[in-house]
Amino acid sequence: MSEERGSRGRGGKSADKGKGEQPRRGGFFRRRRVCKFCVDKIDYINYKDVRLLMPFIPERGKIQPRRISGTCAAHQRKLQTAIARARQLALIPYVTE
Amino acid sequence: MSQTRQYELVYIVGAETGEQEIADLHTQVEQIVQRFNGTLDKTENWGRRKLAYEISHHREGTYVVETISGSGELMKEIDRRLRVTDTVIRHLIVRIDEDLRVAGRRREDRRSSQARRRVARGLPPEPAAGERRDHGDLEEEDRGEGVEVQR
Repeated sequence: MSEERGSRGRGGKSADKGKGEQPRRGGFFRRRRVCKFCVDKIDYINYKDVRLLMPFIPERGKIQPRRISGTCAAHQRKLQTAIARARQLALIPYVTE
Repeated sequence: MSQTRQYELVYIVGAETGEQEIADLHTQVEQIVQRFNGTLDKTENWGRRKLAYEISHHREGTYVVETISGSGELMKEIDRRLRVTDTVIRHLIVRIDEDLRVAGRRREDRRSSQARRRVARGLPPEPAAGERRDHGDLEEEDRGEGVEVQR
């Protein structure tokens, strides 16, 4: 696993790491704020790769927000278009009841 | 005047369509490509796949992916033809050359900057096969955090 890349990327976010640590006892939990696409060095998010997209689509079928998945802005934008295309091709549902 | 670009075409054929009809459809696409002086780079048949939602009462479909180089007019014609073809329940055309170029450049940048950093540290520019990068404390930290993730 190429985890070293992730820890480098997070270097700039060390500020909110401290913040996340504090309220952990009060029922909050610290999330791992790393962009999966930066860690795995995925430059082109392929809309046909359902297995890649699936972790970003919770049960309801909506796109997981950045604040939860930790995806960086650039990759979230690409992810968004990839998911939209996959939905058009019925690879991924628009909504699930 | 028209530039050559690379496109990806995906179309879904209803499950009740026979192999022969799918092959015919493929030749049709091929003919249009030839007529517009494009090239058909790659064809991939995913076979039957369950659709994530119903498209005009179809629950299953056969997916075909074609990579085509050609002009925009060519893709316009293919788009029009697939639109009027009843056996095709859904199709999508995406231009990919630009995205692939950007991705390639990104990869190249990363590779060269890695080489630069390695040289600065007195290492050969390319990591040897099977070499683990030296990052002892960072990995420790990473692992610790991984344990604390609760979702």
